[in-house]
Amino acid sequence: MIEEFFSNWILPTVRVSAPLVFAALGGMWCERSGVIQIGLEGFMLVGAFFAAVTTHYFSNPYLGLVAAALSGLALSWIYGVSVLRFRANQIVAGTAINLFALGVPPFLSKVWFDSTGNTPPIPGEAQFRFTPLVLMGVSILLSVFVFSSTRFGLRLRFAGEHPEALKSAGVSVEWKRWQGIALSGILAGIGGATLSTYLSSSFTRNMSAGRGFIALAAVILGKWKPVPTVLACLLFGFTDQVQIRLQGVVLWGESPVPVQWIQILPYLITLLVLTFAVGRSRAPRRLGVVE
Amino acid sequence: MDMKNTRCWRIGVAAWVIIAGAGVALFSGAEAADLRVGLVLERSGKDDKSFNASAYQGLKRAEKELGLTTKTVEAPDNSAYESLQRAFAEKKFDLIIAVGFHQLEAVKNNAARFPNQKFLLIDEDAKAPNVRSVMFEEHEGSYLVGALAALHTKSGKVGFIGGMDVPLIRRFEMGFAAGVKKINPKAEVTANYLGVTGDAWNNPPKAKELALDQYNRGIEVIFVAAGNSGLGVFDAAAEKNKLAIGVDSNQDWIKPGYILTSMMKRVDEAVFDSIRMFKEGKFETGLVRYGVKSKGVDYSVDEHNAKLVAESDKKQLEALRAQIISGQIKVPDYYLVQKKK
Repeated sequence: MIEEFFSNWILPTVRVSAPLVFAALGGMWCERSGVIQIGLEGFMLVGAFFAAVTTHYFSNPYLGLVAAALSGLALSWIYGVSVLRFRANQIVAGTAINLFALGVPPFLSKVWFDSTGNTPPIPGEAQFRFTPLVLMGVSILLSVFVFSSTRFGLRLRFAGEHPEALKSAGVSVEWKRWQGIALSGILAGIGGATLSTYLSSSFTRNMSAGRGFIALAAVILGKWKPVPTVLACLLFGFTDQVQIRLQGVVLWGESPVPVQWIQILPYLITLLVLTFAVGRSRAPRRLGVVE
Repeated sequence: MDMKNTRCWRIGVAAWVIIAGAGVALFSGAEAADLRVGLVLERSGKDDKSFNASAYQGLKRAEKELGLTTKTVEAPDNSAYESLQRAFAEKKFDLIIAVGFHQLEAVKNNAARFPNQKFLLIDEDAKAPNVRSVMFEEHEGSYLVGALAALHTKSGKVGFIGGMDVPLIRRFEMGFAAGVKKINPKAEVTANYLGVTGDAWNNPPKAKELALDQYNRGIEVIFVAAGNSGLGVFDAAAEKNKLAIGVDSNQDWIKPGYILTSMMKRVDEAVFDSIRMFKEGKFETGLVRYGVKSKGVDYSVDEHNAKLVAESDKKQLEALRAQIISGQIKVPDYYLVQKKK
């Protein structure tokens, strides 16, 4: 019974939440430093793509993971240059990043595989079994620790909350924001890698399917704090599971509940939780303010 | 210069770069003398290993065998169809092929705007004088693979996973369930859908979760009609050592040994035939139906699944096919059932 519950509910929920958790933690770090991050979707997409390509060529998912982190980092650098160096509007720049990331995989896969946006499948033995889940646990623990108990975490939070204090202490605000952006790129890139090398066995076009934005919603739902953010991701993953598992199940009467009703469940639960359970969610005070 | 000005300027530059890029992508290439055919594919694109891939193969075969100039474009989203088709029409392409039911409205509009332009529309009926509409009797082909699925289950539990919840996919499901019940009246068919938006065609991770759930419930064979998302179901079949059934193209090669068969929709044949007719000057507009009779829908048997499909299976399926053609078996058609309601 317990074993069944574990394999039917807990494990799948954690599994489908994994990409969200990585991206949301990245988003949290970035926004805490005072930079709006709507480019998570784009980082995930390039991360997923480069993970699939690297794993395809080297049959080694760990290399794929590294490639995903690096490609996310590279893309986040472009974002950093535009919003920190050239002070571009963060929403517009983030949107541009997402649009750019939408175009990169089709273009490169055309050059490399003569395909428009899909990569060749990864052999089964080069797929991850459970490593991403371990990595996810480590990232959560590290995030919680760094967030609350290190100088780095404190300073990064001050960059988004009270940059003047940081300045008067002689610490560069811009540098903290660079770090926040880099963290979001790396983590969201890894989140993308879990999509293409763990939850499936190839990259398909636009495979992030809005998960970057759901991750951002989780950050807001989680009040920009690590543990609640992770819990919000798990909630989204769980509602998705409920939706999957209730399809075609007879709850009462003769015929199963119509699929349409089941499919609105995730949105309904999210709305209800947002309205009633969360309470006030306050953004970092200087989020999105160009200094 | 204040912030607003800079912002406008930047958005403008970005928009122009995107427009210029799209323009170059669309109009580079196709400049030659002979028959020119333009193909407009859906978002999942020519490498979906399924529906769009099949259309693309038909076009490539025609290009090789009939000697024509072709140009393929993929729509980034559903609102792009009309402008992509129009771009071909304005470039005076001889034939424009639109693949997928999402393109119906766009074809209707463009057919009215360019009355001398010939169109081929797959999967919907445009009811226009200059459009050849090809529809497939998916329910008949699904019936055959449903029967095969029932022959390969001991428990009588089979599953169906659809992409976007639309009537076309319901038609697959209904035919499939009827085929299963023909062989095993006590069988149970569980149907799941990935979603109600276009993302449903491109979400293999979610499809895999659905499939794992079905296999965990004791289901032995899953028929999937979900574009790119189908790949996730094949992954699950390999992981659980169960069987899956592919769709549209012959997908048996993707995970040999775990894909029982594929319900082939010969979009490639329809595309090739239409282009050949066009070339020979025999292009007929109006609605054409491809069913099991013309093998426009069929189950696949090749070297990848030869070990799975026994001779006796084939005999039974051929008998069913003959009965469908003769009218002895009436496969329930979701489109008709819906109309009656």
